[in-house]
Amino acid sequence: MRSVSRSFGDVRALDSFDLVVPRQSITVLLGPNGAGKTTAVRMITGALDPHSGSVAVFGLDPAVEGEDVRRRCGVVSAKPALYDRLSGWDNLSYAAELYGLGRHAHDRIRAAAARFGIEHALDQQVGGYSTGMKTRLALSRSVLHEPELLLFDEPTSGLDPESSHAVLELIKEMRRDGSTVVMCTHLLLEAEGLAEQVVVLDRGTDLISGTPSELTSRYWPGVVVKLDAEDRASLDRLDGHPGVLTYQRDGIATVQLDDVAQLPDLVAELVAAGVRLTRVEPHQPTLEDLYFAVRAEHREDAA
Amino acid sequence: MNAFSMDTSRIATVTRTELKQLIGAKDFWIPMVFLGGLFFLFIPTVLLLSITSVGDIGAVQQISQALEVLPQTAQDAIKGDSEAGKASYALAVYLFAPIAVVVPLTISTAVGAATIVGERERGTGEFLAHSPADVKEIYIGKLIASLLPGYATTIVGFGLYSLIVNTIVGPEVGGWFFPTREWWVLMLWVVPPFLALTLSIVLRLSARVKSTAAAQQASGLVSLPLIMVAYSQSTGALFGAGRATVYIGAIAWFMAGIGLWRGMKAVNRSRLLGVADGI
Repeated sequence: MRSVSRSFGDVRALDSFDLVVPRQSITVLLGPNGAGKTTAVRMITGALDPHSGSVAVFGLDPAVEGEDVRRRCGVVSAKPALYDRLSGWDNLSYAAELYGLGRHAHDRIRAAAARFGIEHALDQQVGGYSTGMKTRLALSRSVLHEPELLLFDEPTSGLDPESSHAVLELIKEMRRDGSTVVMCTHLLLEAEGLAEQVVVLDRGTDLISGTPSELTSRYWPGVVVKLDAEDRASLDRLDGHPGVLTYQRDGIATVQLDDVAQLPDLVAELVAAGVRLTRVEPHQPTLEDLYFAVRAEHREDAA
Repeated sequence: MNAFSMDTSRIATVTRTELKQLIGAKDFWIPMVFLGGLFFLFIPTVLLLSITSVGDIGAVQQISQALEVLPQTAQDAIKGDSEAGKASYALAVYLFAPIAVVVPLTISTAVGAATIVGERERGTGEFLAHSPADVKEIYIGKLIASLLPGYATTIVGFGLYSLIVNTIVGPEVGGWFFPTREWWVLMLWVVPPFLALTLSIVLRLSARVKSTAAAQQASGLVSLPLIMVAYSQSTGALFGAGRATVYIGAIAWFMAGIGLWRGMKAVNRSRLLGVADGI
């Protein structure tokens, strides 16, 4: 997607949004509610047309060759989008027929349902399913036609932690099987360990994108260490200390060192100065840290 | 993809799935079967029996007076040796014409009004919007699924109605006489295009409004004039308008064609998602 903009009335859902999704990877679109993640997914399949900019999926324009694009995409939306009055089987069968699976439909339905552990409930009416079962059925439906690109919009929405974990494991498994996955979420924890590329969105704009390690090293080029002491103010001596790139004390102190080898000397120096340390912890920045750092930076820029 | 290059198997899939859901919705079809039973079976049976078996003189006289306002061709076609026989024949052939219009239009409008806005409300519009099905195929599939329950109820009701009037009125007029030629024309040539025309408008409304309740309210307002037009035309058809009925049917088919074409253009993926401006 290049410089894509889309408005709904006065609301600008996407604003010069750029997105490049590498093949056979998991790209996570990270952003608060209303950031434009769902609109981006809808643009990818051609369910919505951009007002400006261009979209190319598999080299095709979804606005023109939407049917070909949609045949190669599998989508799980934030709501499972299932027909409650139909059985699980009928829901899958409906999708199989719309995707033109023909004589393969029966086998594919069985295989997809088995893959997500929902085959025992296929004869039941979906209205009686639990939220977790509905998500599993929606996931089964998304892979029926063996799509090359999977688009998951908040796939763990409404699930308990155990079911969420199972769904994320299934997404990893699909990636291992060679699929390309784009997943939208506002839950930073679930993106952790899953994302191979992260795109942080806010107000329809991509604030930053890259692999998690690229992005964290961009924001935290040094080694991050968290320190605490009985007298926290005594840690302030680290501010401006040689080898300390940044110092911040918000309760506990967070410092960035240009080299982790400095840490033992630094600790020895503090102890020698009478600082009674209670915590010294090298810290690997998480996506959550990244997310808030990015948003804070852009808020400052906007101000 | 243009209107003439649609995938008929996908249209059939949409129709079949809609009907499957309808069959599962007992809260919908039980009242509709009751409606058909009331208009096609209960009311005709009670009225016709009250004339032929009970011999309600007052009712016969009132109907006989009413027959005088019918066109001469219609009056000439009335069979029966007795006043009761003529009155029951007139009731069976002429005065129950509205049921052939009201029943299918009521049922189909109720189904059609919820069909697209219902997808949005349930969130299933998202699934359809991301599917390879063309919106025209979805529109036509849903239109057929809305048309079939009403028309099928009418055909079944019409068959049962024929049995009832032939059984009750037949002995009074010299044997089985129903359906008359005019009724065949009405059922096969006049009612279907009016049904299609009404549904094409109802589905457009369904795509545009915010809720099923709003769709049903708006559909009622739109379909009422169409029901009246269909009623008057079908009454005219039964009253022996002859070749004019064929022309009326042809015009209705033409208008239905335009309605369908415009309807197909009105539905798009944004409306399935519920994000089109104005929704």
